[in-house]
Amino acid sequence: MISYLFLQYYWWMIISLLAGLLIFLMFVQGGQSMIFSLPVNNSQKTMIINAMGRKWEFTFTTLVTFGGAFFASFPLFYATSFGGAYWLWMAILFSFTIQAIAYEYRSKPANVLGQKTFDIFLLINGTLGPFLIGTAVATFFTGSQFSLDQMNHVRWQTPWHGLEALLNGRNLALGLAVLFLARSNGLLYIINSIDDNDLCRRAVNKLMVNSVAFLAFFLLFVITLLISDAYAVNGKTGQIVIEKFKYLHNFIMMPYALIIFLAGVCAVLYGIGVTIFRRDKKGIWFTGPGTILVVLALFLVAGLNNTSFYPSSFDPGSSLTIKNASSSFFTLKTMMFVSFIIPFVAGYIWYAWKAINNKKITNEEMKEDGHVY
Amino acid sequence: MIENVDMSLVDWSRAQFALTAIYHWIFVPLTLGLSFLVAMMETVYVRTGREEWKRMTRFWMTLFGINFAIGVATGIILEFEFGTNWSNYSWFVGDIFGAPLAIEGILAFFLESTFVAVMFFGWNKVSKKFHLASSWLVAIGANLSALWILVANAWMQNPVGMVFNPDTARNEMVDFWAVLFNPVAVDKFLHTIFSGFLLASVFVMGVSAWFLLKKREEWMAKRSILIASIFGLFSSLMVALTGDSSAKTLAVVQPVKFAAFEAHYTGGRNAGLTVIGLLKDSDRNIGEKKEKDFVFSIKIPNMLSIMTGGDKDVYVPGIRELVTGGNNEQNILSVEKKMENGRIALQVLNDYKNAKKANNKEQIESVRNIFRDKSFIDNYFRYFGYAFLRSPEDAIPNVPIAFYSFHLMVMLGFFFIAVCAISIFLLLRGTLQKSRWFLWIVLLSIPLAYIASESGWILAEMGRQPWIIQDLMPVSQAVSHLSVGSVMTTFILFAVLFTALLIAEVSIMIRQIKIGPKHQEE
Repeated sequence: MISYLFLQYYWWMIISLLAGLLIFLMFVQGGQSMIFSLPVNNSQKTMIINAMGRKWEFTFTTLVTFGGAFFASFPLFYATSFGGAYWLWMAILFSFTIQAIAYEYRSKPANVLGQKTFDIFLLINGTLGPFLIGTAVATFFTGSQFSLDQMNHVRWQTPWHGLEALLNGRNLALGLAVLFLARSNGLLYIINSIDDNDLCRRAVNKLMVNSVAFLAFFLLFVITLLISDAYAVNGKTGQIVIEKFKYLHNFIMMPYALIIFLAGVCAVLYGIGVTIFRRDKKGIWFTGPGTILVVLALFLVAGLNNTSFYPSSFDPGSSLTIKNASSSFFTLKTMMFVSFIIPFVAGYIWYAWKAINNKKITNEEMKEDGHVY
Repeated sequence: MIENVDMSLVDWSRAQFALTAIYHWIFVPLTLGLSFLVAMMETVYVRTGREEWKRMTRFWMTLFGINFAIGVATGIILEFEFGTNWSNYSWFVGDIFGAPLAIEGILAFFLESTFVAVMFFGWNKVSKKFHLASSWLVAIGANLSALWILVANAWMQNPVGMVFNPDTARNEMVDFWAVLFNPVAVDKFLHTIFSGFLLASVFVMGVSAWFLLKKREEWMAKRSILIASIFGLFSSLMVALTGDSSAKTLAVVQPVKFAAFEAHYTGGRNAGLTVIGLLKDSDRNIGEKKEKDFVFSIKIPNMLSIMTGGDKDVYVPGIRELVTGGNNEQNILSVEKKMENGRIALQVLNDYKNAKKANNKEQIESVRNIFRDKSFIDNYFRYFGYAFLRSPEDAIPNVPIAFYSFHLMVMLGFFFIAVCAISIFLLLRGTLQKSRWFLWIVLLSIPLAYIASESGWILAEMGRQPWIIQDLMPVSQAVSHLSVGSVMTTFILFAVLFTALLIAEVSIMIRQIKIGPKHQEE
């Protein structure tokens, strides 16, 4: 017999997995953020843009599905966060809107805005997208200033409507960690998919800087996370109380989350390490899954073990938990049946991905298909 | 509980959503139809192996790609605006509305985005058959995504398959199949996708007509026109059929909208169908709103009664009866009475919330029982949204907008049936290329197809005002608590961005058409 609680856990797991997948796929944004700094000539720039351009739809679709799945499974989060942190989400959406057309239009004749405009669009999305999404996710741990009335209508308590998240050092640390992780993954993807020795050499050099920056900000965030107080839910009364070292407790109480987290960190470090020290080109195959595992673990400690996944620092009683923010039993159950199709979807994505990536990108390869960005 | 809502916030939020939806809908119908036309052309290529068909497929595929990207860009904003600008709504119905959006992502968007990459980059990487399958899967994915978003939209027009939970203050889904097979959803999905097929057909015919007028690419243009004319004729007939079915459903579930798009103020039997007309303000009022009279009109006697109920004696209520209540025989509840019942439902909900706050278990149980009572749901809670109306005439949408958008859409629909039929006739006679007057008509029909398509959505969304969810929630109660300045700013930002992107898109599209298919191989 499936319980309501099981479904709430199940859907939090799906959301966490989608979040992990999204952060991994933001290697596209990471690559975009370096289109002016990494290549030394136009040919290299075109190869980078085409390598990323063949995958941008996956990231975009994952973001849309992440939003849709959150809406379906935890609608109170959707209503509270999107309706409250308006400017933060609008900035994220704006950056993704300009990305969607940039690839297709940048090199087309009669492009009235000019190629440079669309390249700048890619740069903006590549930099702001991961940074702002990382910052928004950090508020899952640091809290936001909102209250809910008895009809569950949100009132944001600052006029900045989400932009205040940028004034919190821990939020910025995660935002920058996600940005540098996306850049590192972008470099690893370039090394793996483009056949150009000079570009790959430059990418490895750049990877050293970006991976160090990622590790610095990531460690800063994780250390502050483990020593910080957080909002716990009293399992019996549903009351929200402050608990010291809550996330550290969560890792201890949920050893599987700790194992996933450590496995993910090791995989990320291994992928970066073999690329830098052994010049291996397959680092992305380790950092990619590693990224998914790390994000999955962070989401698990954010929402499970009686933790508020979207705490309100203004009115702790309004904080969202997987119990009070979820859809009804019927909807979660119906959606669970729909989710059974996900392995099939993942299967055909894998098949199509392999089919497209079976040849490394070179100037000649791009001309073969005639569809060059 | 009835909040004083800043109407300028509601207006700006509506304006922003309308702006996004209108821009989004410029691009989506072409994607829906052109994806199938491209798949059909590629099928011929794979079956015949003739390179001309491949060039033709790739030409239309290039135009598809240019249009597809901007449709995706505007679509993401639309999805998230439900949360950013309509957060009260998102909670009130998220339990039902969110599910189709999530299914859309999982089932349709991934299908579309995965295989669109194969479509564009797989010509030399996968087998011909795999590539063809990818093209068909993109078409299916695009139309599947339309299915789920239209299921969600239809639920807003005719909420079914749910119960209200006073504990969470929201509606909760209890019957997924009722939501999926909502009669409005079935009509809306079929009507919308066929209208998309029609628009794409007119687009392909128009561009091909331009080639014929310029005496360029004649081989490709004639075959493109043939495929598009047949597809367009079939689609236009289906649009008419599903439109008729849709109107019949609306007459039952959204009678005010139905009466508004016919500017049908006074109900009666033997109601005539207005074919064309020009409206002016009348001397008569409903509350503070002026009724409309016709300056002139052409009507088909009895036709509205016949089309609505299959008989000329069928009574078709007018806006006046629907607002003020008809006589006993007509058995129409006035909006005033609905407002009264809605306020009672709202009061019961408030009582429940207060009892919970006071932890008064006896009262909690007693009020909870009221929400389980079918007669309370059918007679009071059903009109919950009316509690928030300020006067009965608030229930009347903008009649001229509904009337003109409907009639424009219908007239253009019949015009396209004629265009497609004449095109097939001239092709069969072998005189299409000589009929330059007709080629010009076909070319100039492209913007008309967009006007018809947008008119349909303007009717659907403006015609249902003041409701965001029919009878349950007016737009004024659905809006996020934001400052007017914030929404005004994002409106301006999006207006500038979308307009700039539209200009870029049209400019690139025109240039690609001028370049033509030969260039693809050069």
